[in-house]
Amino acid sequence: MAEFFDIYVVPTAWIVGGVLLIVVPVLLSVAYLTLAERKVIGWMQLRKGPNVVGPFGLLQPIADGLKLFFKETIIPSGANRVIFLLAPVVTFVLSLVAWAVIPFGAGIVLADVNVGILYLFAISSLGVYGIIMAGWASNSKYAFLGALRSAAQMVSYEVSIGFVIITVLLAVGSLNLSKIVLAQAGGMHHWFGFSMLMPMFAVFFISALAETNRAPFDLPEAEAELVSGYNVEYSAMTFAMFFLGEYANMILMSGMTAILFLGGWLPPLEFAPFTWVPGPVWFALKIAFVLFVFLWVRATFPRYRYDQLMRLGWKVFLPLSLLWVVLTAGWLLAFDMVPPAGGL
Amino acid sequence: MIIQALAFYVFAFVAVAAGVMVIASRNPVHSVLFLILAFFNSAALFVLLGAEFLAMILVVVYVGAVAVLFLFVVMMLDINFAALRQGFLQYLPIGALIGIVLLAELVFVFASWTFSPDVAAVIAAPTPAAAQVSNTHALGRLIYTHYVYLFQAAGLILLVAMVGAIVLTLRHREGVRRQSIARQVARRREDSIEVVKVPSGSGI
Repeated sequence: MAEFFDIYVVPTAWIVGGVLLIVVPVLLSVAYLTLAERKVIGWMQLRKGPNVVGPFGLLQPIADGLKLFFKETIIPSGANRVIFLLAPVVTFVLSLVAWAVIPFGAGIVLADVNVGILYLFAISSLGVYGIIMAGWASNSKYAFLGALRSAAQMVSYEVSIGFVIITVLLAVGSLNLSKIVLAQAGGMHHWFGFSMLMPMFAVFFISALAETNRAPFDLPEAEAELVSGYNVEYSAMTFAMFFLGEYANMILMSGMTAILFLGGWLPPLEFAPFTWVPGPVWFALKIAFVLFVFLWVRATFPRYRYDQLMRLGWKVFLPLSLLWVVLTAGWLLAFDMVPPAGGL
Repeated sequence: MIIQALAFYVFAFVAVAAGVMVIASRNPVHSVLFLILAFFNSAALFVLLGAEFLAMILVVVYVGAVAVLFLFVVMMLDINFAALRQGFLQYLPIGALIGIVLLAELVFVFASWTFSPDVAAVIAAPTPAAAQVSNTHALGRLIYTHYVYLFQAAGLILLVAMVGAIVLTLRHREGVRRQSIARQVARRREDSIEVVKVPSGSGI
């Protein structure tokens, strides 16, 4: 009995505890990201943003959540019920499972798998299913158009994200996320975002905007043309799950940017006051910075036209990132900097 | 060990059940979704085998890209489900025959694979044991070092197929006004705006 307890119960309890330790902060950050978005955009447009519920509007996300929770879930009569209800669940679950491999600090990771970056890439490429299922199952032309746009957009930008990831992998020699971070040790000038991979940093960030359907690439929810895109027919908690999933994906993409290009949990400078700050705090700060840029972009740029979006993805980013794969490989070979197999 | 065995049976059962549902379900969109479920469970089986790289590539390529295109096409089709069912009995014998032939071949292959004692000697470029090198590196060594020319040839064949598809569908239409971003960016104020002082009472 004691053996059974040691082999099965204890590890399961650890894993469940770890999952809760990740999921609860992620969901809380999602709630406050919505508030931050409204506040930041408010300030940029010389407004105040939400400031009524609680001090500085701090309880606004809770009020919004409660409102959505108590509303009625409406299922359109022409909808395909099972898929209609499955779609938000898929979006929501996928945006959470990806966090399993994210290293928050040295050794602070739930599953330190060998192919961590591929796992992230695979999960983010599945995000399109929630949207496409929602669009089809709603049995509504606006929702379907939004879903088709979004699916085409996400598939297109995934290609360049893949090549960007390859350039980073070439410089690291491992697909393990912790090793990717450790390969950037030694201060800011060793971060991939400020090395010869800098253009790929830009490509990755812009592709992340497109991948998460954020402005200026938020065509799937272009209010003016499509009412609200794939989620028009959704209400109450089903809508809330899409919303949570989308914002959790934004945070995830910021986390990926921080890990691949901004040195993950490493401090920007390797001396005293900076090294005192624990790794997870640096990681959170970097994520917060990238998220701020996400919001800044939304407040600044007008929406892309659809053909321009496709042109940027296929005719600009794809050749550029492909070229950079070759250049990086050549650079590493020429200067004898090829990392050993399995990383440093 | 029990957990691994249990996980194997769960994934294998769901994969087979999803495979059956692919051909059994009435709605083609449901079929594609079941196909995706089958892919997923096969990926999980790969993970159980210790082939995590293959598992992830299966998800990225098949689930993330190929099945999306399937779903795209199937969703846009205007299908008459009743007409789709017609002739089912007529084609059943042929389908069953093909299935039986495939099954027999698989049985032969796997039976000889597990029973032949000199399997290890037949493999041209054996990979080192899984404990020594991660399977990403083992695969990389096989594909990009030992069999690099074959790999390149496979890539070329795919490229030819792609070029063929483009040639078949590409058509040039006359009189289409295209946006040229370079020209737009190169435009200067001097070539596009002219400030004219118009005296009142007369036109330009």
